[in-house]
Amino acid sequence: MEVRVANVRKEFERFPALHDVSLDIKSGELIALLGPSGSGKTTLLRLIAGLERPTKGKIFFGEEDASQKSIQERNVGFVFQHYALFRHMTVADNVGFGLKVRHGPTRPSAQEIRRRASELLDLVQLSGLEKRYPAQLSGGQRQRVALARAMAIEPRVLLLDEPFGALDAQVRRELRRWLRDIHDATGHTTVFVTHDQEEALELADRVVVMSQGSIEQVGTADEIYDTPNSPFVYGFIGESSSIPVKVEDGQVWIADRPIGLSAPQAPQGEATLFFRPHDVDLVDECNGCIAGTVAASRRVAGTRRVELEIGGDRQRVEIELPVDHPAAQKSRVVFRPRRWKLFPAA
Amino acid sequence: MTTAPAKAGWRFRQPSVIPGFGLTLGFSLAYLTLIILIPLSGLIWRSAALGWTDFWAIATDRRTINALQISFGTAFIAAAVNVVFGTIVAWVLVRYNFPGRRIVDAMVDLPFALPTAVAGIALTTLYAPNGWLGSLLAPLGIKVAYTPLGIVIALIFIGLPFVVRTVQPIMEEIDKEVEEVAATLGANRFQTIARVLLPGLAPAIVTGFALAFARGVGEYGSVIFIAGNLPYKSEIAPLLIVIRLEEYNYAAATAIAAIMLALSFMMLLVINLVQTWSRKRYG
Repeated sequence: MEVRVANVRKEFERFPALHDVSLDIKSGELIALLGPSGSGKTTLLRLIAGLERPTKGKIFFGEEDASQKSIQERNVGFVFQHYALFRHMTVADNVGFGLKVRHGPTRPSAQEIRRRASELLDLVQLSGLEKRYPAQLSGGQRQRVALARAMAIEPRVLLLDEPFGALDAQVRRELRRWLRDIHDATGHTTVFVTHDQEEALELADRVVVMSQGSIEQVGTADEIYDTPNSPFVYGFIGESSSIPVKVEDGQVWIADRPIGLSAPQAPQGEATLFFRPHDVDLVDECNGCIAGTVAASRRVAGTRRVELEIGGDRQRVEIELPVDHPAAQKSRVVFRPRRWKLFPAA
Repeated sequence: MTTAPAKAGWRFRQPSVIPGFGLTLGFSLAYLTLIILIPLSGLIWRSAALGWTDFWAIATDRRTINALQISFGTAFIAAAVNVVFGTIVAWVLVRYNFPGRRIVDAMVDLPFALPTAVAGIALTTLYAPNGWLGSLLAPLGIKVAYTPLGIVIALIFIGLPFVVRTVQPIMEEIDKEVEEVAATLGANRFQTIARVLLPGLAPAIVTGFALAFARGVGEYGSVIFIAGNLPYKSEIAPLLIVIRLEEYNYAAATAIAAIMLALSFMMLLVINLVQTWSRKRYG
């Protein structure tokens, strides 16, 4: 089912949580809403589910205006971070709940409900646990029950709110791969919220980066990582370093020195230069480059992070060097960003 | 084989390394013995002095049986009514914010604080055939004061805070997400309440019922004013005990008391077992 969010605005007691957000979600897509806390990602998810009403704007499921429909009629599967399982029901009863509360001829027989529940528990690899109560399961198992319960109603959209947020790192990685497999097998249109960029970039077909109630960028993992379209996205996704610079005559300057980067398209004046710490070339002598004194150096897994102080006002930037690189021993390092981007100063 | 045989019977649960187990357990036992066990065993002792035949004669006396029936019956009905309305009151207090909510919240505790005789007199004035409410009900043929119905009303008044105060904290802990999930799964409001919320509250509701019921069985002050105290009709067991005491018939008084004690203990034990069972099941 395609989902279209059209110019939605949401205010909580006059405090705007979302400003005029529009988003097209393709049928069968696995899409991530990524952003820091307070960016409005969960609000957007709840609006799609119908758990909140938009202050303005509409939400379409296919051609149909879903904003007029109640939560019950929308037929969405929602999975909460803390599972929200029904504690007094067995695993099988939890999964079958959505079918059991149906009315009239749409309600399957008790036997059929049981069959469907155990089929779904098979899918989420929990067969044999039908008779258990949620209190007897581990966190990862509970979240799988929650997902099976959401899928039991054959939802038009599957919405997951930080589904792995309460789990430890190991289980998280496991479930991530598993969710991808389930999605590929069932083909549900799925939207999930996360503040973990690794999770979003690894799992989703497309990532929606949000900040302060607006969508900053929508794109595949490659697009988001390689061509961030705003300082926020550059800083939020992956590691980044930034220095204030000046653009003059198509050249990038730090203080009174050109640093060997030409930017003929960039507007004149103050700007900020962004680059990834690992995307730098070390150069031997400074003929159009950035030079800095080593202020600190840390070993991070397979590389070494070097913090440099640049220029007279000691602006700090980070670059990444191979562990055995001799430059890390020196007090002065000279480099030039390989890939970079300029954003005009705000 | 070297495997040790499984240990039979029960043993103390391994106390933690933090000290205090011996002291607190010893204190609790001594305290309970002093405050509860000794007076109650005195009661049994006195009634045992009666001899089995006399005891049985008092126990099967029509007046005793009727008094016990009235006491336990009205307490049961009142507790049942309180479960329904107490739960609703708790719901309103927990879920909704309205002007005067704190005042209503404080009002719930009034039956705790009020001398029960005051409550009894107030209710009697209200429900007497010439009282405000009594005069309205009289043309309909409903007599409240001086009937078992009056007893039920007094016990409802007395028992309400027990239900509200036990259910309220559990209700406050209900996760809003559980309701939201039920809604997304297609459950309407009624189904959510009946299948999701109430089963979660059941242990607290049962506790509230037990407390209100136990209080109702033992209630004396408020009831004697409104009950009319007609032997066989609206005479409660505690009153019968007092009557026997005033006749210096201590043996009969303690016999009735012992029967009440046994019945109450049995019912509370059953309720406790039900709770343990449900707690074990739902964690």
